[in-house]
Amino acid sequence: MTAKTSLMTAAPPPAAARAPEARTLVFCACALAVLALGAVLTQTIANPYVFFAAFIIVQQVALATGWNVLGGYAGYINFGATAFYGAGAYTGAFLLKAYGASIFLCLPAAALVGGGLGLLMGYMTLRVQGVYFAIATIALVVMMHTLVLNIDYLGGASGLALMPPEPPAWTGGQVQFVFLVMLGIAVLAVACARWIEISWVGRGFRALRASEEAAECAGVPTFRLKLSACAISGAILAMTGAPLVFYASFIEPETVFGLALALNAIAMPLIGGKKSWPGPIIGAVLLGSVQQAATITISSELNILLVGVVLIGFVAAAPDGILGLVDTLRKGRQ
Amino acid sequence: MSDPILLVENVEKSFGALRALGPISVSLKAGERLGVIGPNGSGKTTLINCLTGTLTPSAGEVWFLGRKVTDLAPHRRARMGLARSFQIPKPFTGMSVLENLLVPLDHLHDVADPRARAMEVLASVGLAGRAGHEAGGLTQLELRKLELARALAGRPKVLIADEAMAGLSDREIDDVLAILERLNESGVAVIMIEHIMHAVMRFSHRIICLETGRLIADGLPDAIANDPLVQKVYFGEQARH
Repeated sequence: MTAKTSLMTAAPPPAAARAPEARTLVFCACALAVLALGAVLTQTIANPYVFFAAFIIVQQVALATGWNVLGGYAGYINFGATAFYGAGAYTGAFLLKAYGASIFLCLPAAALVGGGLGLLMGYMTLRVQGVYFAIATIALVVMMHTLVLNIDYLGGASGLALMPPEPPAWTGGQVQFVFLVMLGIAVLAVACARWIEISWVGRGFRALRASEEAAECAGVPTFRLKLSACAISGAILAMTGAPLVFYASFIEPETVFGLALALNAIAMPLIGGKKSWPGPIIGAVLLGSVQQAATITISSELNILLVGVVLIGFVAAAPDGILGLVDTLRKGRQ
Repeated sequence: MSDPILLVENVEKSFGALRALGPISVSLKAGERLGVIGPNGSGKTTLINCLTGTLTPSAGEVWFLGRKVTDLAPHRRARMGLARSFQIPKPFTGMSVLENLLVPLDHLHDVADPRARAMEVLASVGLAGRAGHEAGGLTQLELRKLELARALAGRPKVLIADEAMAGLSDREIDDVLAILERLNESGVAVIMIEHIMHAVMRFSHRIICLETGRLIADGLPDAIANDPLVQKVYFGEQARH
């Protein structure tokens, strides 16, 4: 077949490539609708427990999405999500204690700290791959935990109780306000993840996940891209942690650097599916809801056991998560 | 012919106490077809890796388009126009065939319409009809073509084809050779690393032969085929008698 004849019979680009702008518009409309729905709910639901529980579930969405940027898109399994989450939480606590800062100041500050920490971790560890990178991320949690334990100003091992400033009157109360802020963070995180996925950045991530050597030889600056993944992921995770002290009025190292959060951050994208942005949302909503239900009906201590069992089940039966399973079933039917 | 566009000067590569390559000096001129042959373990892939930047030479220099690139990262050399395909195809699985070509095009700023360019290249290798298919589901021949197409997407000045015909039937080899010949006719210099001797003899303007990391022969295909040292390396001492 000559080049000329091939060109004449060239197939049109696949449907998936068409009209990305239209999809982005639909996504933006949905994101705004979610935010509006959240605002309406704070005005219509009187029971504050709903927002205590919803905050946790929405926080899980942001946490899972942040983790997935590095762990899912770039393929670097990060066991140190709580190092970033904790850095953000303590950045918020520090700014609140020292300056009585607003949550809207704490969020960008936490993102900067988390992004910087991600860059630092990436620069030091990304030259190693696989299990060695994962071990390095665990070490980061231990370092951050030890650091906070030894800073008296942040409350050390005893933790830190703080009174957040009054929320805006229209929100209906502190927990409703913090829920709305967390909803905004989750929407921002998902929008960021979606942009990565559909842009050249996501294509670069998928290429380096398939073959780092081939990606590099195709012109992809793999090291810079991985550093960016560390920084973006770190910034989202830290921003997710920043509202904690405004939510609970208390912060302690055992909780923010604990196993439950770290395990959840990994489990949720694995359950939902790591390859696309809806996966972490599905995993987070499913696991977060089940955990909340288990906390009320059985025991809060059951959470980790529950996560562990579900995680083992998915790794064994559906390693590509729910979305991967659906995809396989659909292909099977065709 | 013009000055070399790719120049290897006294390059060596050692892994600990083992010297895998060199010292070796090789040059490639614009539009040239250079065949690289040698038995397994002779240093062919190490030479390619030093050219593309995947490995940094222990000693010596690599020049490309008049610029010293010895310490330049592989992605920068690729953007300058030094492309390669892999001995074992490395498709970007989880992506469509079209997206595989968009990866290199994403990083080139002088391509006005990357999708159109990708489709043009796919058409030129006979893969246009597979543009929307998942790259992991291609046949062996299609994977080889995808490797070449991805390397060609950015309009390279030099293509290094590392055993691009390994495992293919005679008809499929002809297919790949035709692609490489067309490409060369468009002005791209090609370095062909190959074990399939009739293909490398038919394609190359010049052939070099490596053995235990050293250059043992450099000349026209006929001269290389009749070189006693090359015959000894390939067929053993008895074959010469």
